[in-house]
Amino acid sequence: MSEPAPLLVVEDLKTHFFTRRGITKAVDGVSFTLEAGETLALVGESGSGKSVTCLSLVRMVPEPAGRIVGGRILLDGEDLLHKSTAEMRHVRGKQIAVVLQDPMTSLNPALTIGTQVGEVLRLHQGLRGAPLRARVLEALSRLRIPAAETRLRHYQHQLSGGMRQRVSSAIGMSCAPRLLIADEPTTALDVTIQAQYLEVLKEVQRSTGVAVILVTHDFGIVAANADRVAVMYAGKIVEMGSTLQVFNNPGHPYTQALLACLPDVELRRQRLVEIGGQPPDLAQLPPGCPFAPRCPKRRPVCDEAYPPSVPLGSGHAASCWVLAATEA
Amino acid sequence: MTLEGIELKKHFPVSGGFSVGGVRGWIKAVDGVSVQVAEGETLGIVGESGSGKTTLAKLFLLLERPTGGSLLFDGMESRAFGRADFARYRRSVQAVFQDPYSSLSPRMRVEQIVAEPLPSENGESRAMVRERVAEVLERVGLRRESAALYPHEFSGGQRQRIAIARALVTYPKFIILDEPVSALDVSIRAQILNLLKDLQEQLGLAYVMISHDLAAARYLATRLAVMYSGKIVETGPCDAVYTEPLHPYTQALLSAALPLHPAARRQRIILPGEVPNPMNLPAGCRFHPRCPQALPHCRTEEPEWQQVKPGRFTACHLYGAGR
Repeated sequence: MSEPAPLLVVEDLKTHFFTRRGITKAVDGVSFTLEAGETLALVGESGSGKSVTCLSLVRMVPEPAGRIVGGRILLDGEDLLHKSTAEMRHVRGKQIAVVLQDPMTSLNPALTIGTQVGEVLRLHQGLRGAPLRARVLEALSRLRIPAAETRLRHYQHQLSGGMRQRVSSAIGMSCAPRLLIADEPTTALDVTIQAQYLEVLKEVQRSTGVAVILVTHDFGIVAANADRVAVMYAGKIVEMGSTLQVFNNPGHPYTQALLACLPDVELRRQRLVEIGGQPPDLAQLPPGCPFAPRCPKRRPVCDEAYPPSVPLGSGHAASCWVLAATEA
Repeated sequence: MTLEGIELKKHFPVSGGFSVGGVRGWIKAVDGVSVQVAEGETLGIVGESGSGKTTLAKLFLLLERPTGGSLLFDGMESRAFGRADFARYRRSVQAVFQDPYSSLSPRMRVEQIVAEPLPSENGESRAMVRERVAEVLERVGLRRESAALYPHEFSGGQRQRIAIARALVTYPKFIILDEPVSALDVSIRAQILNLLKDLQEQLGLAYVMISHDLAAARYLATRLAVMYSGKIVETGPCDAVYTEPLHPYTQALLSAALPLHPAARRQRIILPGEVPNPMNLPAGCRFHPRCPQALPHCRTEEPEWQQVKPGRFTACHLYGAGR
């Protein structure tokens, strides 16, 4: 193969939580790849495993309850699961950066913005004094934070929500990471501020070529920002494809239902298609397809075994028995 | 029956540090809002955080007293309400809140929760109350046996159904919905939105739906009011506002809402800056520091509320008579 290997390869990742109620398979066999400069959206409802997937990538799964029990995570060909804790500390912040949902809790209220952005650069690049200050200012202005000079001395509480999220992204992007994991970065923001933030993020991505994993439950954000989409349900990716493939031709009944059940700003729908039932309890998953109890196309086989992944086009696949039957 | 606010104002005092009793300034959360809701319609009130939507909802629910203007129910001023009028108001105007995890008491059984708004002194027998509770539970798609359970035994969507049942139990005419689906999972939202729509058709309810979710508002609302910084900047029939927004803020707000298809690229208006500090509002039009189409006199003169087209109102100098 002459093709260069992708930036990130995740193979059969399994992260389980061991609790008194039993084993919760939060992430159960997730595989995907990511090229440099690409945006992959992880979509799903709460409890689908999107956030635990992200935490697993940086080995930040809350222990001892949670454990990565299997799989491989290759970043530039190196398996992150074989790295020591000290080595992982160099990966986090330098090669992989994380932006979390709530900038209120991800920034330290007792330190100035300048100190927090500078910390990463000091640690990973050994900068001090004037060069450090210059790089901090550069990092802030890359995220288009106005009056960066004065912001250096400010604390988190002096900033608005949108600005906080930019500072937190500036910290992430300051060491020019290869991969940025953004876990619901705009959920806490207002729509007009969300638009500002997503625009700035795109700009940064264009200028630095960073790959982005964008975790969201908002299909509007996916449609506007992602190159590829992975739809998660009960700890597994049930469908993956390019954004256009998934929106134009959703294969999995869950994806179809999700797209049909959402109200759209563009048109007034007469009636929303409902998905019955509830998201499943991960500690008590049925043996077959976890979506089967809610699926309008359910067949007897769906309750017996997990469906195989069925290719639907180049790079587009979904795991569903109904698709497998039409394929055969 | 109508519910009407005329020039409603709610200003909160900000006390000044150590000087006891001193007032440092006022937060103008709602600052001169006139709206009315008629039977059977849904008024959607959209805006960002800090625009005053929730304070307006609290005014409608009589949880806050207006500092100016008046609230009319069936033509009667809320300040003139006697005991019986209050009781009638509470029965007729009910509420469903955003978060069904905090709006239902964990120590009460569903039956107690749902029956709570029912007046106790009416001499209604326990059997009648029980029957009414079972009736509303079935109406919202729950089983009547649910009455004996506690809220923790239900999922988020089911809890919101319980909250809706509680609102329905007094045969209300108006329900204030404060972000009714924002706390729910995406696959559950459609169930609740459809339920609200069905209930409206079956019972002839009027809704005031407060939301920052423009797509959900579009689905339910028949009329839309857009709020910014304590004021309504535009009202009109819902579809008309969505397809042809008049006020530059409405235009930007709608353009920031993301359509559900990757091919639906459109002109995005990215607003600079943020919502102004409610203690220190800009002079003239409150939106002028962020407005891409601001005129010189927007900085000094507050635009007047005017009808631009039949049924379409806005407060913006772009449509000024003096142009």
